[in-house]
Amino acid sequence: MTAIDPTAHLTAEQIEELGRELDAIRDEVIASRGEKDAAYIRKVISAQRKLELVSRGVLLFSFFPPAWLIGTAGLSVAKIMDNMEIGHNILHGQWDWMRDPKIHSTTWEWDHVSPSDQWKHSHNELHHKYTNVIGKDNDLGYGIMRVDEDQRWHPIHLGQPLWNFINACFFEYGIAAYDLELGKNLHKRRRKNPEFRARAKAVGRKIRKQVLKDYVIHPLLSGPSFLTTLAATFTANLVRNIWSHSVIMCGHFPEGVQVFERRSIKGETRGQWYLRQMMGSANISGSKAMHFMTGNLSHQIEHHLFPDLPSNRYAEVAVKVRALFEKYELEYVTGPLPKQVFSAWHKVFRLSLPNKKPKVKTPDREQELVAA
Amino acid sequence: MTSTALRGRAWKLLEMVTTPLLPSDYLDLVSPLRAGADLRGRIEAVHPETGDAATIVIRPGRGWRGHTAGQYVRIGVDVDGVRLWRAYSLTSPTNRQDGRVTITVKAIPDGKVSNHLVRRATPGTLIQLDQPTGDFVLPQAKPAKVLYLTAGSGITPVMGMLRDTEFDDVVMVHCAPQPQDVIFRNELHALVEDKKLRLTEVHTDTDGMLDIARLDELVPDWAERETWACGPAGLLDAAEKHWSEHGVPEHLHTERFRPTVVVAGDGGEVTFSATGKTVDADGATPLLDVGEEAGVLMPSGCRMGICFGCTSPLKAGAVRDLRTGEITEAEPGVLIQTCVSAAAGPCDIER
Repeated sequence: MTAIDPTAHLTAEQIEELGRELDAIRDEVIASRGEKDAAYIRKVISAQRKLELVSRGVLLFSFFPPAWLIGTAGLSVAKIMDNMEIGHNILHGQWDWMRDPKIHSTTWEWDHVSPSDQWKHSHNELHHKYTNVIGKDNDLGYGIMRVDEDQRWHPIHLGQPLWNFINACFFEYGIAAYDLELGKNLHKRRRKNPEFRARAKAVGRKIRKQVLKDYVIHPLLSGPSFLTTLAATFTANLVRNIWSHSVIMCGHFPEGVQVFERRSIKGETRGQWYLRQMMGSANISGSKAMHFMTGNLSHQIEHHLFPDLPSNRYAEVAVKVRALFEKYELEYVTGPLPKQVFSAWHKVFRLSLPNKKPKVKTPDREQELVAA
Repeated sequence: MTSTALRGRAWKLLEMVTTPLLPSDYLDLVSPLRAGADLRGRIEAVHPETGDAATIVIRPGRGWRGHTAGQYVRIGVDVDGVRLWRAYSLTSPTNRQDGRVTITVKAIPDGKVSNHLVRRATPGTLIQLDQPTGDFVLPQAKPAKVLYLTAGSGITPVMGMLRDTEFDDVVMVHCAPQPQDVIFRNELHALVEDKKLRLTEVHTDTDGMLDIARLDELVPDWAERETWACGPAGLLDAAEKHWSEHGVPEHLHTERFRPTVVVAGDGGEVTFSATGKTVDADGATPLLDVGEEAGVLMPSGCRMGICFGCTSPLKAGAVRDLRTGEITEAEPGVLIQTCVSAAAGPCDIER
């Protein structure tokens, strides 16, 4: 889809060999999964809950400004931990192997307005299977943005930097709407579909509970700190939303990340699937703390290759994956957070305007493989 | 009624405070053994019994309802990070003052849980518990004469009985490979010295397996005794036959440890127990496809093992992961990804 296919130098055999090498990396982690990993996720969950409890406790005194600041910061971090390192990864089934029903993809519910089961469908099933396939993977621009030169420009795209900013601030609601496929389902005929209505109801219920907890119950419990606690929770949600939006933008939007056409995934082999994940994702470099706060989605490339491996193992996997990128002469897109965020936003702005360059047509993968 | 209603209200309010978690998710952090929590226990001590057996002292949570001598308990232990459930007989008397209970575990070759408990379990560890269960118990009315016929770790439920209830006339015939393999040997011999028990040890390494016909010589009045037998299937089969042939089957009570032998093969008969359908499957077709073909309503997702949308309970049998070849055997609470698992022998999917 992009003017020059960065994988054109690989033969079909090489792509399958690459797939086997990635499978071997995966098998190695699975064989060594154990007590330490289980202890890790339990520790993170327990730390998150304690941090949230303490922060909410401090916010009872949030009429006192330093308490507001400390409580809000703590709650923001707790919410980020809940969504990123814990919720996202458990809902991926990364910890299902422990057979602990309390830490399982089928039972987990998170501090987010999108109900777990709906998010699992749109994220795990659609986004991860159809990574960066235009028209199939709605994470690409969340259905509201133009993300590739080849997509037709329309004057409405002029507003996409603004949509993206609003989406960042209210990201959890954006995701809930996106899980519901509102754009498609709000048409007159679809609106009445009972299955859609049931799902919309479930989202409504979850939103009600979340709003009641954050903006009514906890402020009320704070008594004289009612307003300051309300402001604190709003701020924590805002911080969490902007943070997770930024991290997620860095996963697939920065310059250098490839997008794919629907027809390019027809009859895709395992090796080709892996290759698409490699070319369609981007990492964030940084410290251990940075990796933790992104829920290890800073290792987006590794996550997309192995979405069900425990997140605490992505760092060691990344070293081997990066070596494969070098071996097969592929570009490993990574960079520090500010750089990647800027790159993603730059793309959002750039594509809000019509293309300057004429469109270049490339042969699709199937034809190339036949020729090779 | 009003107090229940009030408590219900208060709980609802608490749930609103902790949503989307439950209040128990927070309470578990500080008090995992409290009343009302999921039943758990804390290992307080591990006492070696023989070279390959140990007694585990457990402090059960407040919800523990107590047991009857001879019963067993299912425990969930995390081994290498994976929660595994096994059943063990309770060996402590029912009237223990400190409220603790014990199980006695013999490490069996390749037994993940038994080896972990005997060799690696440490005091302080939390384990999951079920309420005790089992009908291998003593009757309300005391029988005049008792015979305990045991072999290997089959002595464990009987030890629970011996420690719990004193009888006037008790005989025990116990089989173990060698003297040092006899679990609770010191305690048994102390009972013998106190004239509370008559004991015959059969050392199978030197004496050979117990021939049930030898009972006439070891315990001449065996047919008059209320008998509790526990051990390997061979011994129990022989005992049942023997008691029947002599027309006293009602005097024999047996306990069979659940056989955990799952033969992992290539394909097999797949039962979808919720739907009541049974079909033959080969070892290469994903169970998701097998179910759909048979008209079972199967949850599905990516169909390539990445979304976990198809996970279903495996109630019995074994399945093979088509990507890694890894075998998963049925245990309570085991869920499998049907899109990347195939039948490895007969199995039961709860769909």
